[in-house]
Amino acid sequence: MKRSLACAMVLALLLAFSFALDVAPARAANEADYKTAYSAAEAASKEAASLRHQWTVTVSVLAAAKKAADGGDFDRAVAAAREAEALAKASIFQATTEKEAWKAMEIR
Amino acid sequence: MKARTSILFGSLSAALVALALTSPRVVAADKVDPVADARAFQNFFFQKFPDVKHEDFVNGPYSMNEDMKRQWQEKEEFPPYEFALDAGKEMFATPFKNGKTYADCFPNGGVGIRQNYPYFDEKEGKVVTLELALNRCREANGEAPYSYVKDEMASLTAYMAFTSRGKPMDIKIPDDPRALAAFENGKRYFYTRRGQMNFSCASCHVQSPGERIRAEILAPALGILNAMPIYRSEWSGMGTTTRRFVTCNSQTRAVPLEPQADEYRDVEYFLSYVANGLPISGPGARP
Repeated sequence: MKRSLACAMVLALLLAFSFALDVAPARAANEADYKTAYSAAEAASKEAASLRHQWTVTVSVLAAAKKAADGGDFDRAVAAAREAEALAKASIFQATTEKEAWKAMEIR
Repeated sequence: MKARTSILFGSLSAALVALALTSPRVVAADKVDPVADARAFQNFFFQKFPDVKHEDFVNGPYSMNEDMKRQWQEKEEFPPYEFALDAGKEMFATPFKNGKTYADCFPNGGVGIRQNYPYFDEKEGKVVTLELALNRCREANGEAPYSYVKDEMASLTAYMAFTSRGKPMDIKIPDDPRALAAFENGKRYFYTRRGQMNFSCASCHVQSPGERIRAEILAPALGILNAMPIYRSEWSGMGTTTRRFVTCNSQTRAVPLEPQADEYRDVEYFLSYVANGLPISGPGARP
């Protein structure tokens, strides 16, 4: 009985702790976070452009990231930079797969 | 022993025959064959739209149904490209500062030659479009080049197209591997998906001609350049072939290439070649 009570308390503590972890506010992004996210996005964007497969949305989201950072809103800047990186990577994937995939569309 | 040898020989011969029968197909699939490509391209549209007269494909969306055709015929009574045509005619005849004119740069004085553009320049090893040739003419005569997407270029090409109206498109591909490579590159560009919308030129103009995209009816790819340049109501003005490519790219959310980029020149070469035999109808008007 005592043993199960102790186990229940430990479990409750663990649950409370994990809940606290979940609801605790995430650390606000700072300039260093932004610079890391932006340089990764910029590199992917440059690669997409060199493949001649740049997307207009990548360019505008990257510009939005810079604008947010210039205004000191690093949370938004980091989120936008990550989005730009994801878009750029998707366009690189498109460029890579289309090297062969275009043939499936050809009229023969 | 003899039986075994004959079986072995038999199998070997069968394998060789099979190889001989299949290998040319593999080679043919990878070989650049513009004549076969053009035939297949035209047949695809002729079969998809058996009621459309072949020469009508050059009228784009207006060839797709009777209502659209009537709209176009009414439009042609007071064509919206008329101002550009008049301006182009005047510009074409006006001498440069050095006294020469555009006529000095082109065969046959630049009249009735639209159907031969773009062509493959064997000296340069690249495709030369009419727009590019016009700007080269200007620069060779000490004039500043025109924008490839704006009114002056559209006016000049409108006039030149008008002097070729009714003449069949007649694009040549010389026996030069670079010309074949340009054709193939243009074909690749035409079918390659790009932009966030993941569209190729073919997504709209091969898979969906005659269908609506929002309020517009999509034009078939066959003969799409025969009507260039065009007045587009959407633009409230004239547009060149370059402008059309740039706009298509933007609409699929792809960053457009620089005007007269190799890819644009090559895709113009491909699309013009596969429309060989269809009449020039430019300048055109589109919704």
